[in-house]
Amino acid sequence: MTISIQSVAKSFGRFPALNGVSLEIADGELLALLGPSGSGKTTLLRAIAGLEFPESGQILFDGQDMTQVSAADRRVGFVFQQYALFRHMSVARNIAFGLEVRKGADRPSKAAIQARVEELLKLVELDGLGGRYPSQLSGGQRQRVALARALAVDPSVLLLDEPFGALDATVRKSLRKELRRIHDATGVTTIFVTHDQEEALELADRVAILNLGVIQQVGTPSEVHDAPANAFVCGFVGEANRLEGEVRGGRFRSGDIELASPGVADGAATAFIRPHELTRAAAGAGAFALTVERITPQGPVLHVEGRTADGRRLEAAFARAGGLGFQPGDQVQVAVERAHIFSA
Amino acid sequence: MTSIADHPPVAVRRPLFRRRSAIPGFGLTLGVTLAILSTVVLIPLFAVALKAGQQSPAEFLADAFSQRALAAYRLSFGAAFIAAAVNALFGLITAWALVRYEFPFKGLVNAIIDLPFALPTAVAGIALASLYAENGWVGALVKPLGWKIAYTPLGVVVALAFIGLPFVVRTVEPVLRDLSADVEEAAASLGANRLQTLTRVILPALMPAWLTGFALAFARGIGEYGSVIFIAGNMPYKSEIAPLLIIIELEEYKYAGAAAIAVTMLGASFLMLFVINLIQAWARRRG
Repeated sequence: MTISIQSVAKSFGRFPALNGVSLEIADGELLALLGPSGSGKTTLLRAIAGLEFPESGQILFDGQDMTQVSAADRRVGFVFQQYALFRHMSVARNIAFGLEVRKGADRPSKAAIQARVEELLKLVELDGLGGRYPSQLSGGQRQRVALARALAVDPSVLLLDEPFGALDATVRKSLRKELRRIHDATGVTTIFVTHDQEEALELADRVAILNLGVIQQVGTPSEVHDAPANAFVCGFVGEANRLEGEVRGGRFRSGDIELASPGVADGAATAFIRPHELTRAAAGAGAFALTVERITPQGPVLHVEGRTADGRRLEAAFARAGGLGFQPGDQVQVAVERAHIFSA
Repeated sequence: MTSIADHPPVAVRRPLFRRRSAIPGFGLTLGVTLAILSTVVLIPLFAVALKAGQQSPAEFLADAFSQRALAAYRLSFGAAFIAAAVNALFGLITAWALVRYEFPFKGLVNAIIDLPFALPTAVAGIALASLYAENGWVGALVKPLGWKIAYTPLGVVVALAFIGLPFVVRTVEPVLRDLSADVEEAAASLGANRLQTLTRVILPALMPAWLTGFALAFARGIGEYGSVIFIAGNMPYKSEIAPLLIIIELEEYKYAGAAAIAVTMLGASFLMLFVINLIQAWARRRG
């Protein structure tokens, strides 16, 4: 199912939550809506589900206008951050709910419902727990039940609102892989909301980044990470050192750091330098001194925090292989391999 | 300074009341609870049973199950049950309105609901009687329909409904407030209509609290005296409640007879509350 969102706007009181958002989602795609809190990402997801109604703009499912259709008639699967399971129902009854409330010929037979429940329990790896009640399950298991319940109705689109937000780090990681596997197995178009950029980059086919009710950039994880469209995206996705400075004649200057900035207009500007794009160099043109303050190992790299001669704090990531040959307190020469520079 | 060797660890088997716990005070609080329960509730009730036991079994049965007493039980339990059922329905709706919507003077409405708790019941009874009498505001309205409310069993139900409303509202309200909007939205996104969401999701979740509210209103209705006697008319066999019958027996110095009726009511009330508690425990286990 393709979903087309066309200049959707929605405000709560005087606070605009969505400010003319347009977005195309391809059939079978796994898309992340990424943004800080208050960016409008959850409002957008709820508008797609029919739990909020936009003040202007249109939402189309496969070209059909669904803007004013109620949630019950949209056939979407929605997974809530706090699971929202029915506490008085067993796991199996929770999963069967969407099928049991159907009317007349639409409603599958008891045997068919039971078979579907068994199939879904297997899919989310909860076989044999159908008789339990939600209160007897762990957080991760509850979220799996919520996922199975949403999938039971064969939704045209699966929507997840911060699905892993309430879980601890280990469970979150494994459920992330699980969601990818389930998405690949069912092929259902999936949109999930997150404020965790690592989660978005790891899991999604494409990422839409929102801020202040406006989409800042839509692209594959590597596009948004390596070619950020603006300063907000650059600062929000991935780690970056942020330098305020000035551009004059195609050169960015900030203290004793000078960088080439082709195509950036003269005036105040911000440069973002990813830690791994700061490399060790021989003293000379383009290189500057960094006084090392702290060294932390992080997997294959060493994370180095230091200060420039004029006291600005910078973070660098150096490959561990081959050893470093310096300690906190030492001075090293570094050069900027690549920077993203945006006019302020 | 004492060294550790001076005090070799000794396994001490402490009695139940002396066990160490992260929440101390078990012995003290249980002691106070039992003392209060005994002096205020159990000993008086035991005295009633003792008084009733002074009669021979035949006398006891004659007093406790006379035709007049049976009619009074029927009225007391029947009217209390109907009033509690009415309150269960309207109390739920009231709680719903208070939790779900914002409206002008909500704080005032909220305070009015608790009035039956605070108002002297005789005042309520007199007010209700004059309203629902044939020449009262409400009584005059229903008179053309051939209805009589005051001085009939219907009047008893009206008085008990007044007394019992806050019990249902105040037990259902917090549970309804805790019921997150998520759950309703989940039901809607799964294709349930409003009626299905209400009957399959919301009401089952409210059931334990709702039953508690019903039980409290019912129990209060069985024992209510002050407001009822003004509106009931108190005709023997027709509109005479069991608590009034006890007073009448007392006024005639038939203490044992009064105790016999009291013990019978006590037994019946206890049985009913016990059954309601069982249903509640069952509902809670499923929840």
